Amino acid sequence: YPPSVISPTPSSEFGYVGIDAILEQMRRKAMKQGFEVNIMVVGQSGLGKSTLTNTLFKSKVSRRSVMTTEEERIPKTIEIKSISHVIEEKGVRMKLTVIDTPGFGDQINNENCWQPIMKFINAQYEQYLQEEINIDRKKRIPDSRVHCCIYFIPPTGHCLRPIDIEFMRHLSKVVNIVPVIAKADTLTLEERNFFKQKIREDLRANEIDIYPQNEFDEDAEDRMINEKIRAMIPFAVVGSDQEYQVNGKRLLGRKTRWGTVEVENTTHCEFAYLRDLLIRTHMQNIKDITSSIHYEMYRVRRLNENNTKPNGQPAIHTNGVPEHEVLSHEM
Amino acid sequence: MIVLGVVTIKLCVFWLDGEGARAVPLSGHVGFDSMPDQLVNKSVNHGFCFNILCVGETGLGKSTLMDTLFNTKFEGESTQHNQPGVQLKSNTYELQESNVRLKLNVVNTVGFGDQINKEDSYKSIVEFIDAQFEAYLQEELKIKRTLHSYHDTRIHACLYFIAPTGHSLKSLDLVTMKKLDSKVNIIPIIAKSDAISKSELAKFKIKITSELVSNGVQIYQFPTDDETVAEINSTMNGHLPFAVVGSTEEVKIGNKMVRARQYPWGTVQVENENHCDFVKLREMLIRVNMEDLREQTHTRHYELYRRCKLEEMGFKDTDPDSKPFSLQETYEAKRNEFMGELQKKEEEMRQMFVQRVKEKEGELKEAEKELHEKFDRLKKLHQDEKKKLEDKKKALDDELNSFKQKKTAAELLQAQTQQAGSSSTLKKDKERKK
Repeated sequence: YPPSVISPTPSSEFGYVGIDAILEQMRRKAMKQGFEVNIMVVGQSGLGKSTLTNTLFKSKVSRRSVMTTEEERIPKTIEIKSISHVIEEKGVRMKLTVIDTPGFGDQINNENCWQPIMKFINAQYEQYLQEEINIDRKKRIPDSRVHCCIYFIPPTGHCLRPIDIEFMRHLSKVVNIVPVIAKADTLTLEERNFFKQKIREDLRANEIDIYPQNEFDEDAEDRMINEKIRAMIPFAVVGSDQEYQVNGKRLLGRKTRWGTVEVENTTHCEFAYLRDLLIRTHMQNIKDITSSIHYEMYRVRRLNENNTKPNGQPAIHTNGVPEHEVLSHEM
Repeated sequence: MIVLGVVTIKLCVFWLDGEGARAVPLSGHVGFDSMPDQLVNKSVNHGFCFNILCVGETGLGKSTLMDTLFNTKFEGESTQHNQPGVQLKSNTYELQESNVRLKLNVVNTVGFGDQINKEDSYKSIVEFIDAQFEAYLQEELKIKRTLHSYHDTRIHACLYFIAPTGHSLKSLDLVTMKKLDSKVNIIPIIAKSDAISKSELAKFKIKITSELVSNGVQIYQFPTDDETVAEINSTMNGHLPFAVVGSTEEVKIGNKMVRARQYPWGTVQVENENHCDFVKLREMLIRVNMEDLREQTHTRHYELYRRCKLEEMGFKDTDPDSKPFSLQETYEAKRNEFMGELQKKEEEMRQMFVQRVKEKEGELKEAEKELHEKFDRLKKLHQDEKKKLEDKKKALDDELNSFKQKKTAAELLQAQTQQAGSSSTLKKDKERKK
């Protein structure tokens, strides 16, 4: 293609300048540096979080795959456990960190269960900020910020529970939330559609902005793609790391007496859509929204933090926890 | 599937600064191999920007070379040689090739080398480069910032045009390059190199390189750490400085039209690697290392500027025990200090203003008084004049009146006399008749 110029007399006879070679240069640089992705999974015990994570990345990357038998008890408080693995595909290297939250939603009293998670997410923003404001700073600031939080909704078939609403309402303000209906093979298609509709209504009623958020659509093309995704959320997923023989092929699935649920069959469940969204099409976008919107919002709040409100109201800590609540919790 | 052992070693070496992370094999296709594409697509949507600074004396063919490199005719007339100082003129162009949109910014040094006293020539260039760093730093330090949509004006590459004398570098060149080498990627080129013969050129290049080395000037080295381009880059490093010829005129050679300069004794073809290094420059600057030039500018030159500037402003890195956010506190302290100074200055200015007003008022009052006095004097003069005139008028009137009276009296007397005369004449006539 001859280059064109917004300026008089283009002499386009001599063809190629070579500025499109920058794409190849960028690709080379990206391959050399590798990528980092941090995904958090939240949901009560038994919803298949670890299995789904392993299914998404076709390898044993979840907490359960690396923990010892002592860790198998449900903890008495919410714990935040980060596990990192390095995976490679066709020369592309990725450092994947899975952040698990055992104990979430498992207590008798689950009040403020979102708080330790919020605190963790903000702590990652804080760490990045501290590094960024150093005089002498690293060439590449290590990124431990949570790019995406997959929230597991139990397949009740009715509507969102108060804990779901509480959690998503608070956390959607600081991180990209992707809700999924866990263990969706217990719902028929009609039950599933009804459930999804109710969930979407509940989300709208509580003004919960899940990923991909409306306001961050960049252009008409973006909006079109994202509207289709928003119409499908929450994805009804089934996870499995077991392969079975189906019609002569070996497929990931769950075998029951009445049939085999094929995980990657989109007529059975929506796992493939989730995987495509998170990994194959929107992974870079998820990271961009985290760094240019969520992190920037944290930074603005933090930089303005030293101003307490003039009317004597208690300042709210940037980790989202109002001061007086923290005190009562410690008592 | 890749052999685990090799992968582990490669990856462990690779992520040395992060925490140790285990490598695990994949049991199927996941799909994150599309990440480089996702990243590239994002950049394509945003567009790219590239900023080149051309430093060199007037008449060395800077504009022509840019035209030749980017295959277009940029606007602008050639500059005069009588500029009082060195100015930097910046022009932005939007180029597109397939789906890549490039915002190209070409900055030219106008009047460089034209002055009699060239001691300060480099200053405006350094100031310009620093100003672009400063603008970026300001944006980075803002509370509400938009870094991802910021139009980057930082200079990514500085093409330094060396005059084709054939001997050695001028002292102006050495001084200028020394001042610029820690601020920008310098790529030295020999301009209008068709003025030098091949043998002289080789000697010239060696002389230049050794002078640069002995004066400690750090020019940009094409990177050799990536195997894909290490070989070509290291070869090219050996060809620096590039001897270039620029031309936008086309000449027919054989059955093709090529860009060339036609002389009576032969034709210099721009894209012929035997004639000049133009192709090498284009290859290195655009096709192979454009991204590296941008990255070096950001991670090395800008960071250095930022570090120096912040230290100058009084910031220090915190140690792990002290409270976080000394940047914020120092900023606050500096701000208060600044506000205090501002207030003091304001007060001073106010005082001075009041003083001046008083003085002016006094002056004006004086002037007013003088004016009044003058007015009074004039008025009196006027009145005197008037009185004099009135007196004169009166005297004149009196005279006139008395004259009138006399006239009337005279007329009357005359009339009487006439009558008497006529009657006496009559009488005389009568008496004669008798």
